[in-house]
Amino acid sequence: MNRLIVLSIPALLLFGCADRETPVEIGNREQILHLGNLSEPKDLDPHVITGLSAYNVIAALLEGLIAEDPNDVLLRPVPGVAERWEVSADQTVYTFHLRSDAKWSNGDPVTANDFVFSYQRMLSPKMGSPYAYMLHPLKNGKAYNQGTIHDFNKVGVKALDPLTLQLTLEAPVPSFLSQLNHWSWFPVHPSTILKYGRMDEIGTEWTRAGNYVGNGPFILKSWKQNQSIVVEKNPLYWDAENVALNEIHFYPIGDHIIEERSFRAGQLHVTGTVPVDRTAYYQEHKPELLRLDPYLRSYYYLFNVNKPPFDDVRVRKALAMAIDREALTQYVTHSGEEAAYSFTPPHIGSYSPPVRFSTDIDAARKLLAEAGYPNGEGFPESALLFHISDLHTRIAEVIQQMWKDNLGIEVQLENVEWKVYQSRRAHRQYDIARAEWVADYVDPSSFLEVWISNGGNNHAGWSSEKYDALLQKAALTADTASREDLFMQAEAILMDEMPIIPLMFLPSKSLVQPSVKGWNPSILDHHPYKYIHLENN
Amino acid sequence: MSTTKPAKNSLWADSWKQLRKNKAAVTGLIILIILIAASVLAPWLTPYSYEQQDLALGASKPSFAHILGTDIKGRDLLTRLLYGGRTSFLVGFCATAVSLLIGVPYGALSGYVGGRTDSVMMRFVDILYTMPFTILVIILMVVFGRNILLLFGAIGAIQWLVMARIIRGQVMALRQQAFVEAAIALGASRTRIIFKHIIPNVLGIIIVYTTLTIPHVMLMETFLSFLGLGIQPPMSSWGLLIKDGADVMETYPWLLISPALVFSITLFSMNFLGDGLRDALDPRFSKGRS
Amino acid sequence: MIKFILKRFFELIPVLLISITVVFFLIRLAPGGPFTSEKSFTPEAMARLNEHYGLDKPIMVQYGDYLLNLLKGDLGPSFQYPSRTVNDIIRESFPVSLELGALAMLFALIVGLLAGIVASLKPNTVQDHLPMGLAMTGICMPSFVLGPLLILIFALWFKWFNASGWELPIDRVLPVITLGASYAAYIARLTRGSMLETLPADFIRTARAKGLSETVVIYKHTLKNAILPVISYLGPATAGIITGSFVVESIFNIPGMGRMFVLAAFNRDYTLIMGLVVFFALLVVVFNALVDILLGLLNPKLRMHA
Repeated sequence: MNRLIVLSIPALLLFGCADRETPVEIGNREQILHLGNLSEPKDLDPHVITGLSAYNVIAALLEGLIAEDPNDVLLRPVPGVAERWEVSADQTVYTFHLRSDAKWSNGDPVTANDFVFSYQRMLSPKMGSPYAYMLHPLKNGKAYNQGTIHDFNKVGVKALDPLTLQLTLEAPVPSFLSQLNHWSWFPVHPSTILKYGRMDEIGTEWTRAGNYVGNGPFILKSWKQNQSIVVEKNPLYWDAENVALNEIHFYPIGDHIIEERSFRAGQLHVTGTVPVDRTAYYQEHKPELLRLDPYLRSYYYLFNVNKPPFDDVRVRKALAMAIDREALTQYVTHSGEEAAYSFTPPHIGSYSPPVRFSTDIDAARKLLAEAGYPNGEGFPESALLFHISDLHTRIAEVIQQMWKDNLGIEVQLENVEWKVYQSRRAHRQYDIARAEWVADYVDPSSFLEVWISNGGNNHAGWSSEKYDALLQKAALTADTASREDLFMQAEAILMDEMPIIPLMFLPSKSLVQPSVKGWNPSILDHHPYKYIHLENN
Repeated sequence: MSTTKPAKNSLWADSWKQLRKNKAAVTGLIILIILIAASVLAPWLTPYSYEQQDLALGASKPSFAHILGTDIKGRDLLTRLLYGGRTSFLVGFCATAVSLLIGVPYGALSGYVGGRTDSVMMRFVDILYTMPFTILVIILMVVFGRNILLLFGAIGAIQWLVMARIIRGQVMALRQQAFVEAAIALGASRTRIIFKHIIPNVLGIIIVYTTLTIPHVMLMETFLSFLGLGIQPPMSSWGLLIKDGADVMETYPWLLISPALVFSITLFSMNFLGDGLRDALDPRFSKGRS
Repeated sequence: MIKFILKRFFELIPVLLISITVVFFLIRLAPGGPFTSEKSFTPEAMARLNEHYGLDKPIMVQYGDYLLNLLKGDLGPSFQYPSRTVNDIIRESFPVSLELGALAMLFALIVGLLAGIVASLKPNTVQDHLPMGLAMTGICMPSFVLGPLLILIFALWFKWFNASGWELPIDRVLPVITLGASYAAYIARLTRGSMLETLPADFIRTARAKGLSETVVIYKHTLKNAILPVISYLGPATAGIITGSFVVESIFNIPGMGRMFVLAAFNRDYTLIMGLVVFFALLVVVFNALVDILLGLLNPKLRMHA
């Protein structure tokens, strides 16, 4: 009798499971998009978030003045909530005319005052918003944010009438319109915010499903923590008739291998990334599923420039020149990375970063000898800091070997946990550390401004007055060509002094099901959802 | 006149005979000896070093040059398996040793002294027993970094409670036995009683439970390695090898099969050996001996 | 009986207090706080955040505040997820882990008991060696090998299941088997051993002699006694299932407490870690107490021992 029971179970399973429809198949039919979103968003409040995972969801729920052109890799600004705008001759006053049919998901019209409220909230000292600096170009924006002035009326944000918003800048910022793509400029719904707390109160309940009010193409349907976030089509969105998707499901799958397996099992339409070892497999066997697109992401090693021997520029340059980047990208990572000889990637419009050095082992040896360590003799013990990850470990081990073989120096590997790594980097308790930088907006300044003296992200502790001056000048230069020239000069200084070793530019990697249409490559890996639809066959 | 061996010796001889009859246990013992020997002799058994990389080669299937194949960085798998065995066995033995060092004296003392002291000591064990220790281990590893010594200590600290309880029960039972009472009546000192009478009789139980604890500890190590809290690369353990192999098992299945197989066989062997020892040494299970 | 139950619950308090205190101070020793991140906060933003969460107060004050809030049942806000409290997170993740654990335990009991009984009926034959061999494999194969293997075969090759997630009822199957397998194996071995010990006993021979059918003999008489070690095992088994869920939840990406705990530890989410430690300790103690009570009911001799 036991035997009967035991045998019937697999039979039942076989019977029941054979004809299963996968989530992707159901989604294709019902226009439901399943996305791998890599990590659980901390929050869905644009004034609080710092990561791309949160942005990916917010991009469905909110719309800014400016939107992104889905057919342009460089995400050229196109009208969003603002249907047209004027820029004053001196490029400090921007006047935006909002469309009259833009609505919040509860029916309220979107007005210029909503934006004034939002920017005030973003700049409130009590919000402690990590991206408040994006709004510092506004007149008195920085002062208000730092609490030097308390009257928001003095800040360059005005609602001239319900449909006209005027932004006044401290000084002309040529890339200002493309900066408006950033989520820090998204509006929030004032009465919803105030319903759940003070304007500048962190962590209220307004972002929960059922409470959330947004002006984007989708509304928040459910948020099951660490499981899925579901958004559904917003019928009150001004362009709703052109939005094809009915729902989007975001899955915070952090483990890349689990994500890839889920993709293969038909659970996801698009993944957030591709595991390092599977990229080659897809390139060979299923290239139609793999997307490797140019991305503004720089992978580099950071020197603690105040700590000997790394305070000697010759040592830094020697270490940089002794690395064979081509071998690195070909054998170690072999998933579309580009060798990097500058900090800024060469994909930003017409900007082409200067190349000031190359892999040259003899020259490297000479420099090291000049610095007092011929053949690596006497080189003090030092360590390379990075956080636990297969990719970083691999790259580190290879570079460690290259330094040993080419220069004769031994560098230890310190592989620590994520938070430990960040803390030590922030407190300058390292010799060399691995780091990455992703652009916030499409402009070379998004990269180069990292290294201004005392910049919050300048973990190398490097400082150059000439560099700072060049960047300040560029911030005030309107003409594109002159601007780029200034950037090139700054980058040249950066590369000549080598406080960082550029290693690679990483592409954005995804697996995409063939039924997804409208998922175009973009330099910031943004994919406006209103233009996506699913093909069902 | 017949010579009678002292009671103690014949107990061990009997147990050994009993054990030998248990084929599974004996096989387990032999396998273990081979595996431990292979791990210890690792440097002499393979021409490769465990960190030697060959990036151009990458992962390759088993071949003449690499009997078990290579991993993603071109490192010889057999070498890593042998060296990994060193780490795994080391963790197993050391952590168990820690649990013995704490648990045996604690339990023996509690069981021997009895009365209020025993009550209090066992209450303490009970309280600790209910603490979610694995969670504390995770927190410890997170706070103090992945230090192999800490690993021994942390894992050992989980196991000592079980050991203490068992030893205490055994010692209590022994203490009430006639020959101990006799010794006390004869005026033997406490130390003498403990060392001459009690400990030799609990040795059996200790051996049994040690053999059963080690595989448990090794499993704990793989668990921690999976969560990223165990052994640090480039050092390797079977736990890490299995985890890495499981990640790529569809593309490079050989990277999972050998470590998983070896690990399982080791656990199998230890469990069979432990069972066999328990059958041979634990008086409750013996047939035909009272 | 009531005294026994009350005694067990009183023991809960020192355990909790010790656990909380140890963890509270230990966690703050870890390098990196909850707000260190890739893109640094400005000093003003950091100050604001520290103020909001009370991290700028002296540590003993923070400790005191925490205990006071604990008495009110408020486990504090989560640091990683500003718009959620620890209570929210536990409330959402506990049912998931509970379902996973309960199903795994059920699976382990049913499969383990059946296998153990079947094996014990014809010792040292195929009917014995086969289930016991499988049981051994179950014990010696870690869940993070079994899990991916099951996913590979049943989700990727046969496409019967999803490879991850906890959305549909059918998503329960693979994780439950992965989590319950080694416990099923252990229970099988325990049951078999225990049955083998009990079957030859006098009272069983008596029952047979009385002419009772074999099924009745097995299920009614033998099992009731043989099951005692299995029930004793349930206590440690639960603790094991709780910690085992960390791995299984990670493999299948299940939003349970185990995964939250690991994430919280890595992200230095102080309050969430503490909340989970408190909760886990509560679970283990309650369950152990329940097991003891059950044992006491089944075997009156044991009640005296306590």
